[in-house]
Amino acid sequence: MTDFDAGSRTSRVWTNVGLPILGVVITVGAWWGITAAFHIDPFYVPSPADVVDTFLRTPEFLLQETWTTLQRVLIGFAIAVALGLVIAVTLAASRTVERMAMPILAAINAVPKVALAPLLLVWMGFGDSPKIVMVVLVSFFPVIVSTMAGLTSTPDDLQELTRSLKASWWQTFVKVRLTWALPQVFVGLKVATPLAIIGAVIGEVVNPDRGLGSVIAGSGASNDTPLAFAALVLLAVTGVVLFYLVAGIERLLVPWRVAK
Amino acid sequence: MITIDGVSQTFKGKSGPVEAIRDISLTIGEGEFLTVIGRSGCGKSTLLRMIAGLLKPTKGEVRVAGEVVREPRRDVAMVFQKPALLPWRSVEDNIMLPVEIFGRRKADHRAQVDRLLETTGLTGFRKRLPHELSGGMQQRVSLCRALIQNPKVMLMDEPFSALDALTREELAVELQRIHMDLGTTIVFVTHSIQEAVLLADRVAVLSSRPGQVRRLVEIPIPRPRSFGHNAHLDQVAGVSAELHSLLLSDTHLPKTSTL
Repeated sequence: MTDFDAGSRTSRVWTNVGLPILGVVITVGAWWGITAAFHIDPFYVPSPADVVDTFLRTPEFLLQETWTTLQRVLIGFAIAVALGLVIAVTLAASRTVERMAMPILAAINAVPKVALAPLLLVWMGFGDSPKIVMVVLVSFFPVIVSTMAGLTSTPDDLQELTRSLKASWWQTFVKVRLTWALPQVFVGLKVATPLAIIGAVIGEVVNPDRGLGSVIAGSGASNDTPLAFAALVLLAVTGVVLFYLVAGIERLLVPWRVAK
Repeated sequence: MITIDGVSQTFKGKSGPVEAIRDISLTIGEGEFLTVIGRSGCGKSTLLRMIAGLLKPTKGEVRVAGEVVREPRRDVAMVFQKPALLPWRSVEDNIMLPVEIFGRRKADHRAQVDRLLETTGLTGFRKRLPHELSGGMQQRVSLCRALIQNPKVMLMDEPFSALDALTREELAVELQRIHMDLGTTIVFVTHSIQEAVLLADRVAVLSSRPGQVRRLVEIPIPRPRSFGHNAHLDQVAGVSAELHSLLLSDTHLPKTSTL
């Protein structure tokens, strides 16, 4: 409408799109500059050009492996979120259950997941399931903790309100507490997203069959550092895409929070 | 409509029991507007929460419409100091919350929502989210949400105290009009003498902890009343001065003094 509005829209596009892109360009430029300036052997640190070359040598193969890893991440993440939400709701509903279950959950979370990978191999063999289980193990905890924090953070005035209306526990839960918890749930989801990718890669590196983790494990064996970097870049890109996807869903589901 | 009969409230504090309210007895008639005034910490809100059934008296009992209050009643509506709106619900959906919780049909209440929005000047904002509204408008929504219950009694806990002075006066005048239209029994807790004088039929002045009724002051000024310019300035000034001295002298009195 007015000049002022147009100006603010341009500046919003700049802060939301321009600045992130600029950040990436500067980082890749610095990476390139350093490898070129110090004549670093691509065996140690390949330049961005080497990585792109490697990718272009076998793009279908690498994209196929990315897709494999992504599927494991998505399935595992979905299970972790569903499980995490159910557990968090149960724990928030009953103090007794919470007191009993919390040390166990914290203990499970504290176990180094890499150490579990060989066991998962013994239990489940090769294939997708041990990787998916690894994704779930690595990413469920933040979902639980943040959801519980959200469910127990209902402000006093809203609690008094539902009490004064004689709302049932279920009504209070569905109409007030759950929605109130959503922003916190999304904090957990954003923490869990990269963890899910890490989980899939741990599973694939320790127990390689397919997927980008297996590519990295294989490139180590064949001294193909640029290939490992290509796989890493693809993982990073996957992570960024997933993160912004979650942030996008948050914008849709929690508009009152994003607006502030 | 409301009988408060020898009600006391003692909380268990960390360093022993804290007596918040001692032996308050009051009768509030149907359609009466009673304001409860006192310094902060005198137990005004505690008294209100006991009438609401949110808090059980340590001694004595409260009756609303002849029945002893043991839990919140759906014909008693509360308005809090904070608007307590659900941030994800539009203005009209927030107002509909009690209807949903009571399991009533929303369609039956649409017309009433329209009326309430119109009375409070919110018609143009019905689809807005709370964070898009000013504090005064948010408190208006909260008032509408209480009124949709068609309450026999409205309990208001310093509802305007977080607002700026002008908005406060505006809302107080509006509330007076609503009270005159609907004849709802209202108990209104405040620490503002000005609000008490504008709104109340009677003012219960509470002493400091433990809260006791120091005096019940009648406000015989005819309605509708307004701030500042009116024909009863002398009376307003007189009653205000009386309330003021009652509240001020409070600290010098022994804690056991009664009415």
